[in-house]
Amino acid sequence: MGMQITVNGRALSVAADEETPLLYVLRNEAGCKGVRYGCGLGQCGSCTVIIDGKPVQSCDVPVSAVAGKSITTVEGIGSMDEPHPLQRAFVDEQAAQCGYCATGIIMSAKALLDVNASPSDAEIKAALSKNLCRCGTHQRILRAVKRAAIEMRK
Amino acid sequence: MAIENTVRRNLPGSLETNRNLSQWLDINTDGTVTMRPGKIEIGQGILTALRQIVAEELDVNLERINIVTAVTALSPNEGVTSGSRSIEESGVAFRYAAAEARELLLARAGAKLGVSIEQLSVSDGVITSRSGGSVSYWDITDGDLLKREATGDAKPKSHMLYRIVGTAAPRVDIPRKVSGAPVYVHDMDVPGLLHARVSRPPSYKAELVSVDMDDVRKMPGVVAVVRDGRFLGVIAEREEQAIRAQRRLTRNAKWKEGPTLPEFDPRYLLKLQAKTDVISEKKGAASSGREFSGEYTRQFLAHASLAPSCAVAKFEGGKFTVWTHSQGIYPLRAEMAPALGVPAEDIVIHHVEGAGCYGHNAADDVALDAALLARGALGRTVRLQWMRDEEFAWEPYSSAMVVKTRATLSDAGQITDWQMDVWSHGHSSRPGRGPGSNLLAAWHLEKPLVRAQTANPPLPGGGSHRNAIPIYDFPNEKVSNHLIPDPPLRASALRGLGSQTNVFAIESFMDELALAAGVDPIAFRLRHLKDPRGRAVIEKVAAMAKWKPNSRGDGANGRGIGFARYKNGAGYMAMIVDIVLAETIRVTHVWAAVDVGQIINSDGLLNQVEGGIIQAVSFALKEEVKYDRERVTLKSWDDYPILSFDEVPEVEVALINRPELPPLGAGEGTQGPISAAVANAVFNAAGIRLHDIPFTRERLITAMA
Ligand code: FES
Ligand code: FES
Repeated sequence: MGMQITVNGRALSVAADEETPLLYVLRNEAGCKGVRYGCGLGQCGSCTVIIDGKPVQSCDVPVSAVAGKSITTVEGIGSMDEPHPLQRAFVDEQAAQCGYCATGIIMSAKALLDVNASPSDAEIKAALSKNLCRCGTHQRILRAVKRAAIEMRK
Repeated sequence: MAIENTVRRNLPGSLETNRNLSQWLDINTDGTVTMRPGKIEIGQGILTALRQIVAEELDVNLERINIVTAVTALSPNEGVTSGSRSIEESGVAFRYAAAEARELLLARAGAKLGVSIEQLSVSDGVITSRSGGSVSYWDITDGDLLKREATGDAKPKSHMLYRIVGTAAPRVDIPRKVSGAPVYVHDMDVPGLLHARVSRPPSYKAELVSVDMDDVRKMPGVVAVVRDGRFLGVIAEREEQAIRAQRRLTRNAKWKEGPTLPEFDPRYLLKLQAKTDVISEKKGAASSGREFSGEYTRQFLAHASLAPSCAVAKFEGGKFTVWTHSQGIYPLRAEMAPALGVPAEDIVIHHVEGAGCYGHNAADDVALDAALLARGALGRTVRLQWMRDEEFAWEPYSSAMVVKTRATLSDAGQITDWQMDVWSHGHSSRPGRGPGSNLLAAWHLEKPLVRAQTANPPLPGGGSHRNAIPIYDFPNEKVSNHLIPDPPLRASALRGLGSQTNVFAIESFMDELALAAGVDPIAFRLRHLKDPRGRAVIEKVAAMAKWKPNSRGDGANGRGIGFARYKNGAGYMAMIVDIVLAETIRVTHVWAAVDVGQIINSDGLLNQVEGGIIQAVSFALKEEVKYDRERVTLKSWDDYPILSFDEVPEVEVALINRPELPPLGAGEGTQGPISAAVANAVFNAAGIRLHDIPFTRERLITAMA
């Protein structure tokens, strides 16, 4: 009997073996391609998901460590048709160039806004300290997170 | 007597090489328009801008226009998407093609309604006659409408009439991207997909002594282990199995290596044999005065895309289908053919977006890797993703450079003689620049292809000599380019090419001379610059930052300026930065004034310029490819730090629109002005002159000593 995890509210029996990084289970078994590989070393944040309310680099945890747990990926918070306020704010602020970093950043930001509805600029920057953006979209991303915070307080 | 009457006309932009209107556009009976750019999206918003141009010229709403992304055999061959030339090449082609399509539709409508075309107006594809009566594009179009060679005669709209071009149309791709939908080549998936990885040598010239492959073949999920010369790869059922197999294979391979790399200082370039060209020489009135000199360097720089390169390939019936994020699918196909030993027609390449690449990274290499491994996959589709350490160690970098300057300053504080010498390897080794091959795996095969030489694009754009000729007006001038063949590290195109180092040198030296002349740096630049557009961006940025002439920093806070006209013929960029000097340098604020001619999408342009600035700050402060005598030693982001969220400056950009002038690209051109502005600000703060990029803590300490 394999491990069980819950991804965006749906139960998943994991086929991969225990040491497999959660990232590959999410991408290839759960079909969550918005969880992205950037380094596999816990350094870039492209693969960030939320577990127990905390942002986690899914490339850096073996799936066995999250057996029985509930995992939220970017696909679980909104969609093209019904975007989460953060996703909508990223569109409103046009906060992407290549966009590869965006989904991981949205998850780090969500974990922050879930516990801190009115973060300061410094708190937002600290929450994104494990996320890299190579295109230099930082300024727009920070604006988008602030905009989403305002929307979510309404 | 037969008279040769088929003089080939010159057509605008990429229409010149893709002359059929139907290569570019379809007007469909279902109320839509299809456009087929040969240029590709790399996060610069190009597809959104091209769509605006077509909607404008055709007078249809943006939503009607569908974009087919580039694929060989179907899309126009527009070479490579690079050098910020997409608007100049593809945009102009679409502008003329759409204007001509509109004229053809109006002619049909006129005939149908029995009126002259002067009587007609168009709104969202509905053509209305002043005397009443209307008909839509969708009623009168058919498959033959655009099956003809473009004439280039249709006159595009006057910019006075623009409704869509110049506005901040939202990017078409962002909603999907932020939703987490599969949009990148990395996300492709099909039933039965196999996963591949390559096991690279430890260094460029390492020779394979032995490798135990059987041990790897026995690992769970492994489908094939491939060796062709020193090209080693694995294919497995699952991605994590492929990664484990690759690690084992790497451990099982024994290599012989030697010291083949130079010392870790760009000045190694000065010791090598170079091909020297004098690229500018002016002799005016005899010069006299005080003499000054300077020397500036930059290390090798990496593209460091956030996503390591990835491609998907399938080999079936002797033919290859490949999906990749290459910037030039046609040149790539031509280069893959000899490496795979098949004619180019047997390879179809689809472009699928990747993460931002900022130049020629491993997007082409990975396509050949995937095709080579797909041959061992029995007709199944293979997805190959480079690992982070592999991307850092094997991508082509931007060449290290050394620049030396000399000038004579008259007693009146005027530069009367200017000399500059540039040492660098070539700045392009993209596929299609043979003879030889520029694909990594091709050099490692049992029957290797020779490595093609790194070259420079010619002037006026130039490569290592990009922006080496000053835009200032000096009566005497001599600029020489010393091109060094056979780079010891892979070298190719990265944003701005040689312009970062050249502009850094020119603009640092200008500040040093201004100081010697006792003149404010901005006033000093303006006294040597006639070009009115150049003066306008400098004056604009000075006003934005409330520049106070001759103000000195306080030991910790400082301010500096940098300016250039990118490629000496593209956009004008003037930048002022504020820095704080502590243990390291912090850039706190950047102001920029930018003139890139006609603006197509104002927000897209801002996004590009802001991003270019933040990346340029990262280049200037932090980035260098580290190596020892044997190996490139980059393995992770720890070895190659880039600017993080808590280090980014506030950026304010002002755009100067010139709707009457041709549009120019904007993705590049920030790198040089920013590097110089930061160095000038450090001097302004504390009197320390930085000559070597990047301005790390170690270099700061050396410069203080
Ligand atoms: S891929 Fe997980 S942190 Fe980079
Ligand atoms: S938008 Fe490209 S990495 Fe952030």
